[in-house]
Amino acid sequence: MEFVFTEEQQMMAEMAQGFLADRCTTADLRKLTDSGDTFDADRWAGLVDLGLLGALVPESAGGLGLGRADVIQIATACGAALLPEPLVDVMGVVLPALNDLGQDALVADVLKGAAHVALVHPDAQLVQDAPRGTHILVMTPEAVTLAGAEEVTLTAQPSIDPARALSSVSMDGGAIIAQDAEAFAQVARSGAAGALFAAAQLLGIAQKAIDISVAFACERQQFGKPIGSYQAIKHHLASAQVAVEFARPVLHAAAAPAATAARIAHAKIACGRAADLATRSAVQVHGGMGYTQETDVHLYLKRALALRRIWGSETDHRNRYAARLETSAFGPDTLFAKEA
Amino acid sequence: MDLTYSEQEIAFRAEVRAWMAEHVPEEPLPSFDASREGFDAHRAWEAVLNEGRWGMVTWPEEFGGRGLDLIRWLIFEEEYYAARAPLRVNQNGIFLLGPTLMEFGTEAQKARFLPKMATGEEIWAQAWSEPQAGSDLAAVRAKAVRDGDDYVLSGHKIWSSRAVYADWAFGLFRTDPESERHRGLSLILFDLNSPGVVRQPIHQINGEHGFAELILEDVRVPAENIVGAEGQGWKICMATAGFERGLMLRSPARYQVAAGALARLAHSRGDALDPVLRARVADAAMNAEAYALSIYATASRLEAGGKIGAEASTNKIFWSEMDIALHETALDILGDRAELLPDAPGAQDAGTWLDGYLFALAGPIYAGTNEIQRNIIAERMLGLPRG
Repeated sequence: MEFVFTEEQQMMAEMAQGFLADRCTTADLRKLTDSGDTFDADRWAGLVDLGLLGALVPESAGGLGLGRADVIQIATACGAALLPEPLVDVMGVVLPALNDLGQDALVADVLKGAAHVALVHPDAQLVQDAPRGTHILVMTPEAVTLAGAEEVTLTAQPSIDPARALSSVSMDGGAIIAQDAEAFAQVARSGAAGALFAAAQLLGIAQKAIDISVAFACERQQFGKPIGSYQAIKHHLASAQVAVEFARPVLHAAAAPAATAARIAHAKIACGRAADLATRSAVQVHGGMGYTQETDVHLYLKRALALRRIWGSETDHRNRYAARLETSAFGPDTLFAKEA
Repeated sequence: MDLTYSEQEIAFRAEVRAWMAEHVPEEPLPSFDASREGFDAHRAWEAVLNEGRWGMVTWPEEFGGRGLDLIRWLIFEEEYYAARAPLRVNQNGIFLLGPTLMEFGTEAQKARFLPKMATGEEIWAQAWSEPQAGSDLAAVRAKAVRDGDDYVLSGHKIWSSRAVYADWAFGLFRTDPESERHRGLSLILFDLNSPGVVRQPIHQINGEHGFAELILEDVRVPAENIVGAEGQGWKICMATAGFERGLMLRSPARYQVAAGALARLAHSRGDALDPVLRARVADAAMNAEAYALSIYATASRLEAGGKIGAEASTNKIFWSEMDIALHETALDILGDRAELLPDAPGAQDAGTWLDGYLFALAGPIYAGTNEIQRNIIAERMLGLPRG
């Protein structure tokens, strides 16, 4: 039992954090969205070069052959940086699914940056950056269908988050690549991956929202003192930090090999709540300025609002956790139970 | 990152489980805060525990422990609570003063006090707060005046846990009469049976007397009973408080076992369980697991050479708030049985939940109120300015 990251895991996380600190500031993000775009092709090329897209793809298929625990902190860093490009979904959900489904050639093209595959899943029906996509992968519990961009009709569905370019998809063609039990299992696997990596981003957002609020509360003066010296402000931020402290280990346990679906559900709920509390506290601590687009607060609030509800709502996940609680043993010795 | 137990850890769990199955009393012992009889029954249990060398598994062997790591301590606690073994009457000693003496005590003090702490031969009370010094602990007024080879203690301590029946206490006293606030305080160990000590039980919200007022009038204590140097008391007490808020005092298994019992209580209501209550039961179980996972992560970090700092305050907030929510959910499921005393004919298991709820209400107050903990988090973890 060693509940700490290895040096290699820590180094990978720091590498990604360094890249994002250089290339994905909120100023960069504003510039991009102000120009009406949500995808920076240069930054994406940089991420492709780092090899992160294929982190979870086996080495035999051109990936890094890593596990979720190796990259979970990278997803958290992407959340904190509000990265608009879909690295986390492609790395965490799309490529592992294509690999599971035996789509080797397409996997290789995505890894090279020559193809973009957008995913439609029962827990995430709207796709991001679909007009850029060369392929659309549509999962239902009955069938998994792969379609070329020309075989679908996209309808833009604008989001409150300016960095999320969403579309709904209707299929005009495509090939079924998995059915019935295989499709059902794939929906479950991809749904769990989607929830886990959304949770990771939510945790990153939560901590970042606290950090910018602390910085603001040290600067902003009222009644002749920094507002951060008042207990009412302190207690808002301390409570948010408590939520983060007790979401983080749940997330990391949910990234372990063979973590139960219930633990992943737990992580999605805990990280979602932490992000909700932290971003709404950030609005409150920033006061009037918190309700504008002048500070960055609204960017974190809006991303958290979206991520908290896609890949399964809190109610969905709590029902999953409750079902396990009602049908399996629960005690101290089941804390690290594995999925059967 | 490896979240699987090693074979040795699995074997250790089996060893603890087997011992507990054989030794844990079948009938729960009477409360140690309600009668001398209950207190003595728990003292006798501590002796049994110590005979099996399970008193404090992380302590060095010379003081009655096994020198085990923190992961094994967690496994021990899990099996201890799962076996419904008696609560630890000497928790002030083994979880607070014990680690404090190991860090700040002299060799003579360790040899004199730790073994008898481990056996339960000497049960400890904490004597820090005073009527005017609660959250503002630095306002302590009780004095220790040096007189030859002794200190002479006088003053008024309050809310001293276990002090009604305990044998010894560790108290915070002003050794420098000219000093103010945090300076000039010292931590001194004193025998509660010394002449000049008057104990007055305080009736708590749950009808027990888990704490007492101590009136000290010219109580003579050998000067060697000071822990650390004169004037170091504040620093040492803050380290002790860290143990209290952090890892040791509230081990996660306690809440996992309670959440499991809550799930069974909810299950016993079958289809009648309201969806809102079902959600609250799930929340209780999730919170118990989140706390356990966090403590495992902290234990691993400490084993890898890390230190515990202000994040101990996040633990204290989390377990105290979750404990109340968990028990409140149980009372809501019990409905009109919730108010019944344990010996009411219709109470069934309701009394245990009511006891647990009343006990939980103290959580956000003792070991530093949660308001103080939030200040500590804001100032020391987040770096916000002092008020």
